[in-house]
Amino acid sequence: MEAIDPIVFRFSIFVLAIFVGYYVVWSVTPALHTPLMSVTNAISSVIVVGALIAVSVAVGSSVESSATSWISKGLGFFALILASVNIFGGFLVTSRMLAMYRKKEKK
Amino acid sequence: MKADLAALAYLVSGVLFILALRGLSSPVTSRAGNNRGMLGMAIAVVTTLWVANVVDQLTWGMIVVGIGIGGLIGAIIARRIAMTQMPQLVAAFHSLVGLAAVLVAGAALYSPSAYGIGSEGAIHTQSLIEMSLGLAIGAITFAGSLIAFAKLNGNMSGAPIILPARHLLNLLIFAAIVALIVFFVMHQPYWAFWTIAGLSFVFGITMIIPIGGADMPVVISMLNSYSGWAAAGIGFTLENTALIITGALVGSSGAILSYIMCKGMNRSFISVILGGFGGEVAVAGKAETRPVKQGSADDAAFIMKNAGSVIIVPGYGMAVAQAQHAVREMADKLKKEGVKVSYAIHPVAGRMPGHMNVLLAEANVPYDEVFELEDINSAFAQTDVAYVIGANDVTNPAAKSNPQSPIFGMPVLDVEKAKTVLFVKRGMGSGYAGIENELFYRDNTMMLFGDAKKMTEEIVKALG
Repeated sequence: MEAIDPIVFRFSIFVLAIFVGYYVVWSVTPALHTPLMSVTNAISSVIVVGALIAVSVAVGSSVESSATSWISKGLGFFALILASVNIFGGFLVTSRMLAMYRKKEKK
Repeated sequence: MKADLAALAYLVSGVLFILALRGLSSPVTSRAGNNRGMLGMAIAVVTTLWVANVVDQLTWGMIVVGIGIGGLIGAIIARRIAMTQMPQLVAAFHSLVGLAAVLVAGAALYSPSAYGIGSEGAIHTQSLIEMSLGLAIGAITFAGSLIAFAKLNGNMSGAPIILPARHLLNLLIFAAIVALIVFFVMHQPYWAFWTIAGLSFVFGITMIIPIGGADMPVVISMLNSYSGWAAAGIGFTLENTALIITGALVGSSGAILSYIMCKGMNRSFISVILGGFGGEVAVAGKAETRPVKQGSADDAAFIMKNAGSVIIVPGYGMAVAQAQHAVREMADKLKKEGVKVSYAIHPVAGRMPGHMNVLLAEANVPYDEVFELEDINSAFAQTDVAYVIGANDVTNPAAKSNPQSPIFGMPVLDVEKAKTVLFVKRGMGSGYAGIENELFYRDNTMMLFGDAKKMTEEIVKALG
């Protein structure tokens, strides 16, 4: 039997994650929809992984010219700043909001 | 071996993100959930640094400085932003994710071997497709979110900007993007990549500018969804499980929120996106001079003090006037007088999903006094007073009775069933939908004209 292309596995994970997302998000209480938006924004900044790989491109040793390597490093650096703003900003603002929700004090 | 361990670590990150969202099922579990999300992000970052095997100091410097600058800016914004500005903040953050996706796709184009997707000029076809999708969706998200930010922040008018032949224009741009992607995948020239970025950027702008300010809840949710799909596209390019899982989660989350918002307005998603609704008060000629019952803060205080139950209906106007604290003070005084106070939230009140809830939470309103439309609508019939502050269309009974009304079919709060309705408004102007609200003219309605915050504060004073 021939080997399955890894893209099929990645696609399978993608599809299953969509279903998980569907059921998990429907269970979010409407009162927390705003924190939901800010936290989903924060986690989408896991694109920082791509930014870190870009910044870490080794100049000179790889097959590409050093000019293009520096372009990647530069693009990665800016992407890293943007992603970091989102990560810190997103999680912290979500934290701040969630701390505000209080139940009636039992007198 | 390293790659396998890293992949498992990314899987752990993805699972922690799922748990973070799951925690939002209730305020009680939400904070722990958020902490799990942070842990997941930390694992993803550390794993990447481990795999990247950085040796030279300059690169380490760039990494530390990059994270430092971004982290500092993000932390400052998070601490100082007012809750009433959350809609524009979320829009601004989405634009950053979109732009980050564009930049990372670019980095992959110039250094494909670093990402394992081929070599310069000879990138794998599959990767090119994934990269193009991440790029295009990222650029659309970036530009669209900037426009949404401008509309929400007041930098741009909330009125729809209708370009001539805009549907044809959008179709042409979209077709050009698709054609360029196909060309790019076949021949891989750099100029095609950046042109796709440019056209997608323009498309993001032309798509969002015709949408009116009060439809922004749907727009922000939609852009939230797009930022997820952009991340997923990059995730496939990078063969990274954490990005793929996260992209799917965020994509579905945004899509579900968009759906909920559209149902709350009873408008189809397509009609919202095509734009052109709202902004102008199109009622010509009919200068309505029917009398309305007007009252003062003292009248309102008297009525509410002697009521058994009051339901407060907050809307965007309360947010604009920053009246949420005054409202809570008023509620506290009423509760001391033995009045039962609850809050009724319409799904699209405000400029983003859950906006009213956050504002009330910020004002220290206990969340078990706050109810969604479905749960509280039947209670209006047994309630003495409905206090409508800064809301209009969401209470309009025409949605139930008048098939010609533009808001017909939209779920509304049954405030007219309460014994007395108090409307706090600045004037007799119409709401976003540009239509009359019959409730103003009813016998059991009293209009309280004035700024929402000032009026409520005066009522607090009058309650003594």
